[in-house]
Parts: sequence; structure tokens; C-alpha cells
Amino acid sequence: MIVGSGAPLRAEVRPDLVSPSTHVALRGVTKVFPGSQDRAPVHALGPVDLDLSKGEFFAVVGPSGCGKSTLLELIAGLTRATDGVVEFEGRAIHGEVPDGVGVVFQEDACLPWLNVRDNIAFSLRHATLSTAEKNGRVQGALELMGLADFAKSYPAQLSGGMRQRVCIARTLVMQPRLILLDEPFGALDQQTRLLMGDEVLRLWRETGATVFLITHALDEAAMLADRIGVMSARPGRLIDMVETSWPRERDSRIVEDARFGAITARLWKSLREESLKTLGKAAPR
Amino acid sequence: MSRLALYRVIVIAVLIGLLEALCLAGVIDRITMPPPHRIALDLYKLLASGALNKAIAKTLGNASIAFLLALVTGVAFSALLHGHRAVRATLDPLFATYYAIPIFAFYPLLIYVFGLGDGPQIMIGFMLAVVAVIVNTLNGLDRVPPVLLKTARIHRLTRLEVARAITLPYATPYVLTGVKLAVAYALIGVIGSEFIMSRGGMGYEISFAYTSFDNATMYPLIVLTLLASIAVNGVLTRWEKTLLYRRGLR
Repeated sequence: MIVGSGAPLRAEVRPDLVSPSTHVALRGVTKVFPGSQDRAPVHALGPVDLDLSKGEFFAVVGPSGCGKSTLLELIAGLTRATDGVVEFEGRAIHGEVPDGVGVVFQEDACLPWLNVRDNIAFSLRHATLSTAEKNGRVQGALELMGLADFAKSYPAQLSGGMRQRVCIARTLVMQPRLILLDEPFGALDQQTRLLMGDEVLRLWRETGATVFLITHALDEAAMLADRIGVMSARPGRLIDMVETSWPRERDSRIVEDARFGAITARLWKSLREESLKTLGKAAPR
Repeated sequence: MSRLALYRVIVIAVLIGLLEALCLAGVIDRITMPPPHRIALDLYKLLASGALNKAIAKTLGNASIAFLLALVTGVAFSALLHGHRAVRATLDPLFATYYAIPIFAFYPLLIYVFGLGDGPQIMIGFMLAVVAVIVNTLNGLDRVPPVLLKTARIHRLTRLEVARAITLPYATPYVLTGVKLAVAYALIGVIGSEFIMSRGGMGYEISFAYTSFDNATMYPLIVLTLLASIAVNGVLTRWEKTLLYRRGLR
């Protein structure tokens, strides 16, 4: 079943209306990058209103430069909203990364001077755990991500897909309750992306974390997410919301499902005109 | 031995051989410069006799202090400066033109401040070495990918932790380039200042031998200085190679 209003989901700031299952709430979130002497201010995002439920897999698609990554950075606490409120587990985020949030970036974020094991253990440097517990978590993440045989390898000795798995493992050992993925498979080939998608679905099921995925690939969003938000061209706003209604137990073979094509078609329909705007062209009638 | 190392050995051997031939043929007269084999023999005798051990220890010790001071100060100062754009912009022209400043001209001032001991010589070595460390460390810090800084924020690291765990380790290969230069500068600074005004050290001994036409001491000491610099540089280059190899950069 596909559900989508086709209209922006603007809502008033009403904390009393936030459902107890809401994990992340955005109300009227806007981001304007200030101008300088020779540059006008850039209204990058918003206003955006969005609720993410606990344990939900939510994806955002949108044209290039629409503010997808800015949205993710606002939720991660890496940047401050110009206007509006971002809440995680009922607490407002004020430009500081809250506890329980893990982020995987598109760019290679492996620390090149550390081997795979030490890269993963890096996330536990402040954890109040015994050495045995830390080692256990790191070993668990190594095995979960199929990296056990490469624990002593350095990132430069691994493929792009494996390096991204190291970054995911580094996020997982933190046992985050909210995982933010910023186009994590953008630099990978199609087959690896599909397989990495399976990995992420498996981790999502096993950890029970809420997942917020930014992607430019419509098929990736349709395959992975429970719900997909479509963003407009800059300033990015949510212009459509598509529910996939996939079962929780799913993998990349879901692309064979007859509804898969309908979902990607729906996403493209919402996105096409916005993408043309980004390219500076009008949509042909 | 790698092919590159072999080429280096061949080039050095050819140059030494050429010099040997020119000296033996009398093209370069023996009063001006003894043949390389004679210099090597004199160096062996000098080291075996232990006559200049004190001078060698003084110079290498002071150069090591100057170098370590430059390394610690340079890296710490760069880490601090990197976060302050306005101060950095103010100081950048000074760094760019620093080596045009005749540092040795400050020697009298340094004697006035630090006295007649080894202090002024160490300071000259330090002043020559520190900017090489600063410029190269800043160069490395400028290249830290933004995604690693975001990663640091996700892990909620303090500024000191970011420097210790992210930015300085990333910049290490660049710092090493500065370190290699700093070793040479520290040595030049200390020997040069001993040359000008000192009562001991390799620089003083070279200067004394120079004014006394004592080629049997002067050339071996010059070669020893060169060998010390090459040895330290070789160790650092090896370390640098390992670092770069791990990072897939070589």
C-alpha cells in the first residue's frame, strides 16, 4: 500500500501531540546559512516537520543540493537550526551530538593510521566498560560485519565497501539508538550497494535502532525503508511521504516484488519536477 | 636493496670516485682538499683516538636538545594556531619569509639573554628548526578531511582529544617532513653558532682546524656532521615510508 499526501507535512509546534513512540521530532526546522560581503544568505532547508517512530527505517530522497545532508546534520546535532526545534527522545538538540546517536557518512571516515580493530574500538574510548566488555563488543562488531579476518588490516588495504563496513561497525559498537546514514553506499558499485543494503537491514532488525537514511538512489530507498520522505529542490521541504509497507523480515530480493516498481515510480513522479528545477529546466508537459 | 637505493649508492660512489681521481691527479691540490680515502682514514683515526669525543658529544647533544624543543614547541604551537584563523593569517607571511632572516645575527642578543654557555647555541638551532616543523605541521593539519572532524564531533571529543586522536595523527607524515628538515637545521644552527663564538663543539673544532690549515681534522668533522644528518634522516625516512605504506600512499 502506498500512502502519500503529496502536500508538505507542515505542523504547529505542539509537544503535547508528540506520540510516546516518537523517537525523533522536528518542528518547523529551518536552516539558513548566513551570507557574507559578496554572498547572499542561503536558505538551505525548511520549514520541515517530521516524526520518526522508535525502530522505524526512514529514508529521505531529494534532488542534489536540496538540504538532505543538512537535515541529517541537524538531527545529529552537528549543526544548529536557524529556526524550529529538533528533539531526540524528548530532548531538544542544540547543536551538540546527543548520546545514543551514531552516524555513517558517505565519505571514507576510517582513521588511516589505525587498523580495523582499533578503528572500531575508537568509538569505545570513552565508554565506561571493562576491557573485556570492550573487546567483546569490538569482536562482535567485527564478526557481524564480516571483518574478523581483517582485524589487523589497515583501511588502505581494504576495498571501498569493506572500509564502509568498518565505519558501520564503528557506529554499531556504540550501540546507538538512532543510526543516521548519509548516503553511505554512494561511492560503491550497484552489486555491493545491494549487498550492503541487506547488511543494514539485518543490523536494523537485530539492533532495533531507528534508522534515518539519506540517499539519492530511489531503488535503495524503496528497498530499505518503511517510509520515504521526498524533498523539494532548495530550500528543501518534505513534499511527499511514501509508506512501503514491507515486512520487517526483508532483503534485497524485495526488488522482485510487483509493488517495488510502483513505489519507485511514485518517488520519481514526486521528484522529477524538483530535479528539473535543480537543473534549471522546466518540466515538459 | 631497492633499485632506487642502488642508484643512490652508485651516484654517490661515482661522485666520490671522481673526487678521488681529481685529488690523486693533482687537479685539486692536497693542501686544499685531501682525497676521500684520506678523509675516511683521518675520520677513523679521529674517532679511534677519542680526542674529539667531548666536542662531538657537545654538538650532537645540543643539536638534539634544539631539535626536540623545536619538535615539541612546533607541533604544540601549530595545533593551537590551526584553530585561530586571524592569528594564522597574520603569521603566515612571517613563516613564508622566515628563512630570509639572518638568525645568526641574533647570537649576541642570545648571549646577553642566555649567557655564555650552550644556551645561545641551542636557541639558534631551535630558532632555525622550529619554523620548518610549524609550516609542515600546519600543512598537514590543513589537509585533515572534514569527515574526520565530523567523526570527532560524533564521538564528542574535546579540542585536546581531537588534536591528539585525529588531527595530529592524520598530519604525522607532513610533520615528519618538517622533522627531517628540523634535524638538519638544528645541526646547522648549533655548528654554525659554535663556528662563530664558542670554546668547544664540532663547529669550534672545524673553525679552529680551518684557521690552522688542519685538513686532517676539518674534513673528517665535516663528513661526520654529514653522516650524523644522513643517519637520522635515514631512520626518519624509513618510518615515513612505513606510515605512508599503511595509508596506501606509497
